[in-house]
Amino acid sequence: MEIGMTHYLALSAFMFTTGVIGVLTRRNAIVIFMSIELMLNAVNLSLVTFSHYLNDVQGQMLVFFVMTVAAAEAAVGLAIVISMFRNKQTINIDEINILKY
Amino acid sequence: MLNDLLLTLPITIATVWVLVLILCEAFVHNANLTRWLTAIGFAGIIASIFLIPSPEGYAYGTMLRTGTFTNFSNFIFAVSGLLVVSISDKYLEEEEINFGEYYIILFISTIGMMLMGSAANLSVIFIGLETMSVALYTLAGMLRKDVRSNEAAMKYFLLGSFATGFFLYGIALIYGATGELALPRIAASLQTNGVSTLFWIGLSLLMIGFLFKVSAVPFHQWTPDVYEGSPTTAAAFMSTGSKAAAFSSLIIVLSNISIALPNNAVLQTAFAYIAVATMAVGNITALTQDNLKRMLAYSSIAHAGYMLVGIAAGSNEGYSGVLYYALIYTLMNVGAFGVIAVLERHRTLTNASDYAGLFKQHPLLAGLMAVFMFSLAGLPPFGGFVGKYKVFAAAVEADLTWLAIVGVLASVVSVYYYLRVVIFMFMRDPEPAPQANANATGSFALVAIAVIVFLMGIFPTEVLKLADNAMKVALK
Repeated sequence: MEIGMTHYLALSAFMFTTGVIGVLTRRNAIVIFMSIELMLNAVNLSLVTFSHYLNDVQGQMLVFFVMTVAAAEAAVGLAIVISMFRNKQTINIDEINILKY
Repeated sequence: MLNDLLLTLPITIATVWVLVLILCEAFVHNANLTRWLTAIGFAGIIASIFLIPSPEGYAYGTMLRTGTFTNFSNFIFAVSGLLVVSISDKYLEEEEINFGEYYIILFISTIGMMLMGSAANLSVIFIGLETMSVALYTLAGMLRKDVRSNEAAMKYFLLGSFATGFFLYGIALIYGATGELALPRIAASLQTNGVSTLFWIGLSLLMIGFLFKVSAVPFHQWTPDVYEGSPTTAAAFMSTGSKAAAFSSLIIVLSNISIALPNNAVLQTAFAYIAVATMAVGNITALTQDNLKRMLAYSSIAHAGYMLVGIAAGSNEGYSGVLYYALIYTLMNVGAFGVIAVLERHRTLTNASDYAGLFKQHPLLAGLMAVFMFSLAGLPPFGGFVGKYKVFAAAVEADLTWLAIVGVLASVVSVYYYLRVVIFMFMRDPEPAPQANANATGSFALVAIAVIVFLMGIFPTEVLKLADNAMKVALK
């Protein structure tokens, strides 16, 4: 069987869905953040696939920016997690619930 | 290349200036100096918009758009930044977070906004959105010893990046459907090749990202928690600048797509229903809030609903109404948050009941707050009224009269919770007096905002003309 564009896109959609399910069901902030990274990387796979099959370089260019942004997000996100942990000794989002009406 | 740098002068200035700020903070390490330099940077951006307005066209290939629309939106972001800087320092000293980094991050966030407001390419919108958001996550967590600020930052960060994932998947699918990332070429491709299902899925995902950023229902749950937990001045910036940026990007995307899909009924209906839900949820939930920061957060959701009415209209009139609304909303909301920041003490004294008898102790502050509340409620003769009139009139013209009626009813509901604050301030007896905490720059900024809000209500013509002109040329 020839592996074609559809296969890559299906894999990418599957990865993205896994990420979404992870965000919605997990309770540890870092695991949620990992699921979000999985979503971003699923999109990267889609972008590279389209870029390859369309013979167009723009998609691959965007992938580099996505990776940079993901790195910046990781830096800020982990810093937030650390400052949370220092004050509260937990990163379980069910216990992070002071703000509500 | 040199030409491109000049065409996008506000962004060039901001990018160079932020390096100056970082170096200055690293070597001199003086928050006051950084604050003044940041203010000078914003003033320089505003000056460059007026002195050297960029001509219509594109810069850096088709990456950035230049011209009247960009000038108008950049002006909103710079004004928002400048005002927030001028109301910040007293509050930050009080909360013991008077770091130079605060101002630098605020400035970086503004660069992201300017990229969003002048993007002509989906990748630039993505980068602008992320530059803005990552900086805002940091601002939300600035009170790092306070659990509530941590929680606000955590919620904003997790939900914000979750929404970014959808936004980005939308970009990828649109790219797959049209083979382009530049908006004008996407429109051209849609015209020649038709609109595929893949494109619609991509567009919906893209819209989820935008609706999250403007805090429209059903993507609004983060807003009250984040505004309440963040430093008050940072909340002022998030609620105004980032909302204006998301709306200007949304207008850019929609006005380009409307070239290929003029008067699309599906888009119009979708935005109309989202606008109704946003106005209803925002206004009705705001009625029950006692904490003013939460109240303003729900009111900010409601205002996103009014602006979405203009988006639903989908005409030049509607879009320029949204631009005008974004400007006036920036002014009056920074003002309202500014007054709260003046009175707040370590997260206390933020309830409406704490404002009882404020007029007797601090007549000026009470008067300013009253102006902002009246304007947010949309009562004439203040600017907020003109903004609402403009978007609702556009809805009527676009045969969405029912939507305009819902909008007017929603603003009638909103009068209750805004006036409640005014009644507390003017008609109740003072309890132990809240100490005002303003300095000269802060008070001057607040008075100036109130005067401008008032003037924009009485003489709106010139600014409306600018907004109309921005849309006319941009859609050509």
